[in-house]
Amino acid sequence: MASRKESAASGSNPLDTPVKQIQIDGLVVLKIIKHYQEEGQGSEVVQGVLLGLVVEDRLEITNCFPFPQHTEDDVEFDEVQYQMEMMRSLRHVNIDHLHVGWYQSTYYGSFVSRALLDSQFSYQHAIEESVVLIYDPIKTAQGSLCLKAYRLTPKLMEICKEKDFSPEGLKKACIGYEHMFEEVPIVIKNSHLINVLLLDLQEKSTVADKHELLNLSSSNHLEKSLQLLMDRMDDMSQDIGKYNTYCRNLSKQQQQKQQYLQRRQQENAQRQSRGEPPLPEEDISKMFKPPQAPARMDTLLIAGTRGVNGRCSPSIKRLFLPAYSAGHWKFIVLCLKESIHELINSAMNGSI
Amino acid sequence: MVSHCLCKRPPTSARGQQQESHGDLRSLSSSLFIIILHFLYEVMAVHGPVVKIHPVVLASIVDSYERRNEGASRVIGTLLGTTDKHSVEVTNCFSVPHNESEDEVAVDMEFAKNMYELHKKVSPSEVIIGWYATGYDITEHSVLIHEYYSREAPSPIHLTVDTALQSNKMNIRAYVSSQMGVPGKTVGVMFTPLTVKYIYYDTERIGVDLLHRTRASASRTNGLTTDLAQVASAAGRVQEMLSTVLSYIEDVLSGKVMADNSVGRFLMDLVNKVPKITAEDFESMLNSNINDLLMVTYLANLTQAQIALNEKLVVL
Repeated sequence: MASRKESAASGSNPLDTPVKQIQIDGLVVLKIIKHYQEEGQGSEVVQGVLLGLVVEDRLEITNCFPFPQHTEDDVEFDEVQYQMEMMRSLRHVNIDHLHVGWYQSTYYGSFVSRALLDSQFSYQHAIEESVVLIYDPIKTAQGSLCLKAYRLTPKLMEICKEKDFSPEGLKKACIGYEHMFEEVPIVIKNSHLINVLLLDLQEKSTVADKHELLNLSSSNHLEKSLQLLMDRMDDMSQDIGKYNTYCRNLSKQQQQKQQYLQRRQQENAQRQSRGEPPLPEEDISKMFKPPQAPARMDTLLIAGTRGVNGRCSPSIKRLFLPAYSAGHWKFIVLCLKESIHELINSAMNGSI
Repeated sequence: MVSHCLCKRPPTSARGQQQESHGDLRSLSSSLFIIILHFLYEVMAVHGPVVKIHPVVLASIVDSYERRNEGASRVIGTLLGTTDKHSVEVTNCFSVPHNESEDEVAVDMEFAKNMYELHKKVSPSEVIIGWYATGYDITEHSVLIHEYYSREAPSPIHLTVDTALQSNKMNIRAYVSSQMGVPGKTVGVMFTPLTVKYIYYDTERIGVDLLHRTRASASRTNGLTTDLAQVASAAGRVQEMLSTVLSYIEDVLSGKVMADNSVGRFLMDLVNKVPKITAEDFESMLNSNINDLLMVTYLANLTQAQIALNEKLVVL
């Protein structure tokens, strides 16, 4: 499923996309992780700004800074001012002060929302190459860093510009939920000095490997993911219901219009036979106001969420394939992982 | 204990040189301090709180060193974090522009205050706990800067990161200052080293593991690998560990290595940790788990197909 989405994205990638690859500094990765860890416990999202440069067809992200949480009681807090001050200060210490995007954490993949769309649209409109980095802390805690970069497809940009979210508009542009976001591949880069630092840390640090990747108990996350999926499905069915009523109303109205026209014609015919002037053809559209077409954007967004959500399952499944083949042996290994590490340490010390 | 006797030496030499001017005394005592410090650090003296550093702080310091202005030999900055009774946890930092020349040093404290205010808006629990400098030695300027910072925080920590790699390693050391000397006459400042530990959040450790992999590739870049590859490598690591244990056991059995009681106890722990369930029970548990996952995958695929169909119909 994941590959299908990516191939769809690459298929719709025109050759003139400004950004083909994203290069992130290790420092940015660490900062994003830390920001979520400290400020974002629970299901709140944390956000921040990415700074960097555009080099040929790569977008290099070299630094970032976090945004404070929005609290209702902080009325006098001015976001723009915070951003301007931060960038001005960073310029003094030679940090790239060019805005190239923003990042956001997500809760189980439910990040596709109206707010995200609006923000990304305004960013992409102002700065052509900007991306939104989505950091999934829960998936990361399960063993592998989950960081994805998304941009809006040009089609979606067009629609957002015209703010035409009616069904006709979307139909014209032929947008499905697969064509909303395109994913850009990420590459992590470190300078030589940071590599030295990492070597040093590896020698000195005594934190044990925890092997979360081999953890078989994923039912907790599975439950939550399913819960979210069901919520989304409920929303979607409500939306579809609304759309259906709209269609029905529209067709009923068409019928009424037809009937009215017919009656008019009949009356006119009668009047003519009686020699009276025909009644004026009133402006029918004024009489029958077309019912409000519900914004289809939300439906698309919900569908987009589901598309991303489904990615949890295949990865969990893949996790299980080796477990299944290894079977009993792996189960034992899991129980022993910590004791093995202690044992190794003491064995090394003992045998020296 | 060793540190105690060493500390007693400087006061005597200070008394003997009371006649000399303060300038000479200062330089002599500072060089003496540095010698003492080096010795102390070999002995790993522990005075004061333990300093726990997050890797993000070090990466940030290295990055600001790489971006320093022309002509500046080192960078300094503020450390933010939290303190408690026995330890200081450093979780964030930012660099502060400063100018250093032979006889004077100027630090932009206004800038430091501003940045601290901005940072406080994001994480209100972080306070200024000290400052850092790149470079190997503690110079006299450091003493002055340390004084600035002691106005901001009680007993600030001074961190040095040797980015010039003097001893082929990036020495990361932390110090806290204390008064010393003869009270009333010549007073000096001594920097006592502290133990430095690195602590990680779980997710941080995973991030750092990923960053380690950039060392292998020539262009210092690394893509984010797929799940399957990572699971395979994790399984490989555990397998290595097990084979090490097995080879050790065989050595002991064949008499090549002396049996160690503590290792034996660990081994017993190891074997006892495996829960006692029969093979059939385990198989049925694993199978039902896999069935659940497969069902969820199937449902997810179904919904995706349904949505795709829906969209096609709407567009028609």
